[in-house]
Amino acid sequence: MFIQIFFGYCALMITLSGILAISLRNPVHCVLMVLVLFFHMAGLYLTLNAEFLAAVQIIVYAGAILVLYLFVLFLVSLREELHLDAFIANPWIGRVIAGGLAAALLYVIPAFTLGEKGVWSVEAIKQVTHTKALGQEMYSTYLLPFEIGGLILLVALIGGLALARRDEGATETNAADEATTPLPAQSDHKEAAQ
Amino acid sequence: MIPLSWYMALSAILFCIGVCGFLTRRNVIIMFLSLELMLNGVNLNLVALSHFLESLRGQAFTFFIITVAAAEAAIGLGIAIALYRSRRSVHVDTVNQLKG
Repeated sequence: MFIQIFFGYCALMITLSGILAISLRNPVHCVLMVLVLFFHMAGLYLTLNAEFLAAVQIIVYAGAILVLYLFVLFLVSLREELHLDAFIANPWIGRVIAGGLAAALLYVIPAFTLGEKGVWSVEAIKQVTHTKALGQEMYSTYLLPFEIGGLILLVALIGGLALARRDEGATETNAADEATTPLPAQSDHKEAAQ
Repeated sequence: MIPLSWYMALSAILFCIGVCGFLTRRNVIIMFLSLELMLNGVNLNLVALSHFLESLRGQAFTFFIITVAAAEAAIGLGIAIALYRSRRSVHVDTVNQLKG
């Protein structure tokens, strides 16, 4: 009974904070709503006996990715954002599409049947603990995807650096602008003095 | 015990909230955030199926999805910063140079 109430609470909070996250005007409030959503998501992972993924959800999503979003939001100007329209010109098209998709997905869910069961039952995972079981799978069956995941992170690191770096030419022209602009002012002063 | 269909319904709703945010918001950063919501909906579905199928395949996939989501956030936000630097705006409807 307790677990049903816990699931209901998490589901309610996830739905509410998700809807608030896409409808609030201030982007910082949106990011904070998504933070609340991620914490309740971790709670749901706990009800599914996935403790390691709950920890990863909080550490990586709430700790790293959302902080990245917050930093980028502070880099772009927020003050203008508060006075502008948050939605596109006719948002009801998007809302109708999303609502139709939700209705279609919820309609087909009862037709789903489970397939063959694997070897990792709850008792088998409990014997070796969840982290060790997942690690065993990750480093044996999924070794190649794991390495590719590391490569993807490296590409993201280099790509983020290359995108966020200023161009060499741009800085030179900026420096040249800054160096040249005071000069006419000085010459003006000289002319005025003469 | 919570039935599987509850988890699937919740993840479908979360996915559709993400779709709605992606289609309606103007700010590129909030659009990326909606993308994260969609990925989380899929993650919840995979973890629930992995629990009910007694297999760790779905959880391994969730792990990789979190990795790719981190990479996607880094690249996407780098693009957003580059966009803001050249346009002084992160709104998608102001980026219409190729519209003709």
